[in-house]
Amino acid sequence: MMKTFIQKVLTDADYQPARLLTILRALQAEYQHIPIDAIDILADALNIPRTQIIAVVEFYSFLHLTPQGRYDILISDSITDRMQGKENLLGYLSSALKVKAGQVRDDGLVSLNNTSCTGMCDQGPAGLVNGHALTKLDRPRIDEIAALVEQQKPLGEWPPHLFAVDDNIYKAGLLLNGPIENGAAIQATYTRGINNTLEELDRAGLRGRGGAGFKTAMKWRFCAEEPSEQHFVVCNADEGEPGTFKDRVLLNSHAEQVFEGMTIAAAIIGANQGFLYLRGEYLHIFDKLQAILQQRRNAGLLGANILGQGLDFDIEIRLGAGAYICGEESALIESMEGKPGIPRNRPPYPVTSGYLNQPTVVNNVETFLAVAKIAIEGGDWFASFGTEKSAGSKILSICGDCSRPGIYEYPFGVSIEQILADCGASNVLGIQVGGPSGTFISNQEFNRQLAFEDLATGGSFIIFNNSRNILEIVQNFTHFFAHESCGFCTPCRVGTALLKKQLDKIIEGHGSAGDVVELESLCQLVKSNSHCGLGQTAANPILSTLQRYPDVYEKQLKSISYEPGFDLDGSLEIARRMAHRDDAAAHLSQVED
Amino acid sequence: MANKIKVATTSLAGCFGCHMSFLDLDERLIALAEVAEFDRSPITDIEHCGPCDIGLIEGGVCNSENVHVLREFRKNCKILVAVGACAINGGLPAMRNHISLEDCLLEAYRDGIGVENAQIPNDPELPLLLDKVHPIHEVVKVDYYLPGCPPSADVFWAFLTALLEGREPSYPYELVHYD
Amino acid sequence: MSGTINIDGQNIPFEEGQTIIEAATAAGVYIPHLCHQPGYTPHGSCKVCTVNVNGRNCSACTFPAVEGQTIVNNSAELEQDRRRMTQMLFVEGNHFCPSCEKTGNCQLQGVAYHLNMLDNHFPHFFANREMDASHPDILIDHNRCIFCNLCVRASREKDGKNVFGISGRGINKRLIINSDSGQLKDSDIDVNDCAAHICPTGAILIKRTGYQVPIGKRIYDHHDISEVALMEEREHGK
Repeated sequence: MMKTFIQKVLTDADYQPARLLTILRALQAEYQHIPIDAIDILADALNIPRTQIIAVVEFYSFLHLTPQGRYDILISDSITDRMQGKENLLGYLSSALKVKAGQVRDDGLVSLNNTSCTGMCDQGPAGLVNGHALTKLDRPRIDEIAALVEQQKPLGEWPPHLFAVDDNIYKAGLLLNGPIENGAAIQATYTRGINNTLEELDRAGLRGRGGAGFKTAMKWRFCAEEPSEQHFVVCNADEGEPGTFKDRVLLNSHAEQVFEGMTIAAAIIGANQGFLYLRGEYLHIFDKLQAILQQRRNAGLLGANILGQGLDFDIEIRLGAGAYICGEESALIESMEGKPGIPRNRPPYPVTSGYLNQPTVVNNVETFLAVAKIAIEGGDWFASFGTEKSAGSKILSICGDCSRPGIYEYPFGVSIEQILADCGASNVLGIQVGGPSGTFISNQEFNRQLAFEDLATGGSFIIFNNSRNILEIVQNFTHFFAHESCGFCTPCRVGTALLKKQLDKIIEGHGSAGDVVELESLCQLVKSNSHCGLGQTAANPILSTLQRYPDVYEKQLKSISYEPGFDLDGSLEIARRMAHRDDAAAHLSQVED
Repeated sequence: MANKIKVATTSLAGCFGCHMSFLDLDERLIALAEVAEFDRSPITDIEHCGPCDIGLIEGGVCNSENVHVLREFRKNCKILVAVGACAINGGLPAMRNHISLEDCLLEAYRDGIGVENAQIPNDPELPLLLDKVHPIHEVVKVDYYLPGCPPSADVFWAFLTALLEGREPSYPYELVHYD
Repeated sequence: MSGTINIDGQNIPFEEGQTIIEAATAAGVYIPHLCHQPGYTPHGSCKVCTVNVNGRNCSACTFPAVEGQTIVNNSAELEQDRRRMTQMLFVEGNHFCPSCEKTGNCQLQGVAYHLNMLDNHFPHFFANREMDASHPDILIDHNRCIFCNLCVRASREKDGKNVFGISGRGINKRLIINSDSGQLKDSDIDVNDCAAHICPTGAILIKRTGYQVPIGKRIYDHHDISEVALMEEREHGK
């Protein structure tokens, strides 16, 4: 039985080891885990060591070596889900289904766990059931879900409103306002000429929309100039930064234009194959995107000899499986090759040695969207918006404490004040700009502007009002990074776990003055020595709030020289129980009386 | 001799090996006695520590009594020193940390070979065991560390003479070792 | 092609394609390291070899030497960071040197001695890790693994096998064995394989050899790892 299934999955994947993640996702869906026998079959069939397969299964949150429930329910644990009452709902769901978070129910019917931000921050609390997005969870919906699980109703028969995902576009700007006609941007590229189009991108001043802001034209030129038989175009839709969801909306409603941008990239760098790396949490749009790709093939906009211009190019969608780190471009490439998403050493950069060690361009969804529009409208048009150093617009995912969370597009240079007014935010305490890896700004900084030269952002914009507790926010983010660290390098692997311990110690009231000093020096250590952006930014939530709100941390501290970071009396519990003792000497105070 | 420095020493979850090594100071002990006197220590039999300049702690923290003694030292000693591998990282006693305390107690007092009249000791006089053995810096603030299992007499000497002369202690390469 | 880089004020020649650590070693300049070993694909994970190149921290073992680089290797700040990262490795695993056969010959210890590390500074994780004593000649003690990946590389690059792999994520990383049972005895490792001898710590040991040299007469008991490494690794470069 299993053998037949695996053969089919392998055939579908054309026996390519690079498609290991796709293969394992299929097995996980079928068997609720990756059976040990399957690992041996795959190792033989793909001619890869079984250690690689195990390493991949253990790396990605959505793959498991032990069976999960036939209904595997994950609840998004982002700060915005928490602000919308997630903790309470998780407890409610847990008692409704009689299964604890992190466990599989004895009958194997259902498992429940937390998961990192699923990108539904404007319609949370959110979750996933067998990988499919659940939104706007509340008690009635939880009752409904629990009943459906107990009835063992197939997912396809669940009422669609549970899976409804809204775009929530509240403010469209130069990109969202004028979607292009299919094929128009490719046509314009060939009419103008490929080199001239690259010139236009240069003149547009377009910089990568993922957050780092590298000049797109420069990246593509480097890649185009790299001599090689094969070049690749990759669209990074591994939108994992908590609080970001704009790529989901762009792919849901503007995928054609994104694919068109990728096709232009292919024409410029000389690629025949492109990939959309879609985060596993966005499984719900996978079929739709596949259909769009097929339509484009049928329309001559993908495949052989596109628009009769001699360009052969196609796009394959690769799904992730729950790993934030894969948003880092070299980790993403590793993941595409069927490996754990561990960022590579650089140099060499992907433009010279990327996917399968071939020159590869990796860009954000929004970047490709902008490229297609620039190809039609020209560079000067784009550069006339925004600021001198940050041309064009930025599409924001706005969530948290505001009356209209959703998608907003602004020319770069827009003030924070303006954004807050538009989305209906009041009584604001501060904003996490650019997600946990970005900066927490206080309500004294609302005259600052969104731009690479001031507040850079990949799109995440989380608003907190004065009822929120800064330390809870920082704790959520710090736990997130510890959970998502790939574990490759010492300072991030051990450092993010130590940051979590040290911050928890202070927040739980066991800290003394030296503990904040220690926390800060640990932050600097992790920031300045880590291998990639994850480690280099993992301490940002602590550092940016320590700088702005030192008093918030100090209030947590005790005026003693030192207090243990573990529960002293609790650590006597086993001994007390076994000796049947509860006298005064069988207890310890946390600090000296 | 009112200006002699006061030194206290103790062994928590340790084997007294560090104390033995301290005694290896041999004739240097006489020189030390000229400038230092001992408060609570196995060599004085003083039961409780009074105000001291230096407290030397051997061993990690494995039970409630260790916590009390360590706190007494921290309270009374201006400078607290973690002496030896066990005080610094839990040492050999901490090798039980990956076994649950329940299993440890059952093996020792109920299920182990040769156990008669099996029962878990429950006399209130006995200190209870912590579920894990901890190095002392996880329980109190520690000022200095002397690594080694045990640290050699030369390490003690280098440390004490430096403090007495008002220098920051430093050790030649061969004196720093963890075994 | 060749050129010159500058490390702590000293001009050092390099050949095209050399990493910073290779150029430094050839010139007799020691940069502390654990996951780097000459002759193996650079890995860059331990970060103990972090140096400052033109104002930016980089791993000397992976970063190419480029004409005109100004590199800081010895500074109080770098030494402090390296010490802290070494301490991280000590608290992450269970490193009880007095009970380890490798003591005195252990590179983790050697680097810690070199950095004058007197304590472990951080709270310990006391991770629950296993031993694999299944193989007749080779012992694995996972308590001492620092995920340097050298055994993985040695098995693949030198022995032409794939006996080891690193699995898991974040602080839950673990060394895994390529065999049906997951045990070393069922893998195709041989006691003469490079992978059986490359471990910088006491995580992979050859049985029945532990105490042939008594404690006190071992490599790092008397020699700083900087001397030892330069002697061995410059030899390798020739």
